[in-house]
Amino acid sequence: MSDQEERISETTRLGLEIVKEAEEDRLMTLSVGPQHPGSGHFRFTVKVDGDYIVDCDPDPGYVHRGEEKMCEYRNFIQNIPHLERPVIHDSSNITYSYSLAVEELVKIDVPRRAQFIRAIASELNRQIYTLYWLAIYGIFLGHSTMFMWPTGDRELIIDLMEALTGARVTHAYNIPGGVRNDIPYGFKDRCLRQVSYFEKRLKEYEDIFYNNPLLRQRTEGVAILTKEDAIKLGVTGSVLRASGIPYDIRKAEPYDIYDEIDFNVQYMKTCDSFARAYVPLLDMRESCHIIRQLLDKMPESGEVRAKLQPNPKGPPGEAYRRVESGRGALGYYIVSDGTPKPYRVKISVGSFRNLLALPHLLVGSKLGDMPSVYWSLNYWPVEADR
Amino acid sequence: MSKSDDRSLGNIKSKPSTTVASNKDLPSISPKQGETGSIASPPKPSSNNTSVQLKSEEADLPQFEKGIIDSLVSKYGDSVKVIYVKPLRIKIEVPSKDIVEIARHIRDESGFDHAESVSATDYPKTGDIEVIYHLGSYTRDDLSSHILSLSTRTDRNNARLPSLIGIFKSVEYHERESFEMVGVYFDNHPRNDRFLLPEDWADIPPLRKEFRIKGR
Repeated sequence: MSDQEERISETTRLGLEIVKEAEEDRLMTLSVGPQHPGSGHFRFTVKVDGDYIVDCDPDPGYVHRGEEKMCEYRNFIQNIPHLERPVIHDSSNITYSYSLAVEELVKIDVPRRAQFIRAIASELNRQIYTLYWLAIYGIFLGHSTMFMWPTGDRELIIDLMEALTGARVTHAYNIPGGVRNDIPYGFKDRCLRQVSYFEKRLKEYEDIFYNNPLLRQRTEGVAILTKEDAIKLGVTGSVLRASGIPYDIRKAEPYDIYDEIDFNVQYMKTCDSFARAYVPLLDMRESCHIIRQLLDKMPESGEVRAKLQPNPKGPPGEAYRRVESGRGALGYYIVSDGTPKPYRVKISVGSFRNLLALPHLLVGSKLGDMPSVYWSLNYWPVEADR
Repeated sequence: MSKSDDRSLGNIKSKPSTTVASNKDLPSISPKQGETGSIASPPKPSSNNTSVQLKSEEADLPQFEKGIIDSLVSKYGDSVKVIYVKPLRIKIEVPSKDIVEIARHIRDESGFDHAESVSATDYPKTGDIEVIYHLGSYTRDDLSSHILSLSTRTDRNNARLPSLIGIFKSVEYHERESFEMVGVYFDNHPRNDRFLLPEDWADIPPLRKEFRIKGR
């Protein structure tokens, strides 16, 4: 490391905002974040040469909560509420794969009706998350209508989830063995009505936002992530599907009753920033389609929760289970030593995996494209930090 | 703009759902189940033990998964220990000196092209740290639902392992996280430094077992 580089890394470490270098006067180091200037609580430094980014160094960890360590101190059931913290907007999905892994370890059979309810909750939550993401994506591309609309529509689905689970955002609804409680009276009709309304709105989103020439100009052909690079970097979720790879855990490794549901994996082949922003919309549309089928096929009555021992535990062993969350594959690797508390929990989240694509995409693109590239990665800093 | 995924629809749907994977169980990973906290003992299927177990349950073993490990075992022989073979999940343990070579073989011949997650687990009772690479495949449809767990062990007092970054670029941040959280140094990794923890962190790696959360 040369003196120069050492000095730069020292100044970066000290958090100085702007560094001008004596020798390479052309390069300027900018620190983005962590005070949420459009990055979430996440910081990365970029070096720019004029208008172009020549180097990018992500520095996550500002919202690290030590979830994996906390898991080792609580039993399998007590772990559920705090595991939602990384993504409160997608809380049904982040507890979904945890429940699947614990069910495999403790050997619980989930009642059929519970599998449907869980899938409905998870699909609704995917929409809540994606709407939230879309709102932020819209505002950071300077489109305030796109902030207002999804935020308002999200409220309707949150009300629906409140009726279902009793909580607006952090539901703690998925538990090992099923769901916490049965669906309320009249939920099916209400849900169908909401989904129909929502499908209409998605069309309007597309008209006002995705077909907006300004957005298209800022995103089309920007920051190409080729298919080969996407595979090499191991990205997941909408980022992967926007690079032309139709991979979705719900299809690749169907969990619960997803193998009985007829749906298509939405993907695009343009590999650019626009595709990464558009695939979540396609996902939401497909999700509406899935919810209809789930409501239709759900058994009218039955158990929603398997009986558990007070302190469930299984034989020593390990399990790795994953689901498709709003940000891609979400896996839990749980090692059990035969006690009611897990020995080791590793959460493999989509955001952390997609982070690797950030320096890859930013280097070589213009500084002005930074917000659109960053948000197109569907990155959730809190989830990445865990 | 979107196209339906007709290509992968048929063959994936016909696969068995994994929800019931736990029902017909295969050899448990830990041979010492009786002791408390017995997971701390390394899975010691001591090759012939494994082969006995595998043979006795040969009929139950999922054939496709068995095919994947057979090619590895036939090439690398004793250095590949098969820990378990379940539907859609395979775990093998290899010595740390061979891991790069075996990983290259897995990437080039077996078709696993990216790492989903890298987990390091501390086992103070046996004095070692296990590092697991969960490998998946995007390119091959028949492998898209499978996870190959490639694990290796290292001494916890001098935890050093060769990095797989040359084989799987996707392990970069995961290995960096394992370095700071469990304290495994990865040789040839460009940056073994702070990532998620505060820059002034001056304690032992927090996912080591002797690190206790204050007050608990």
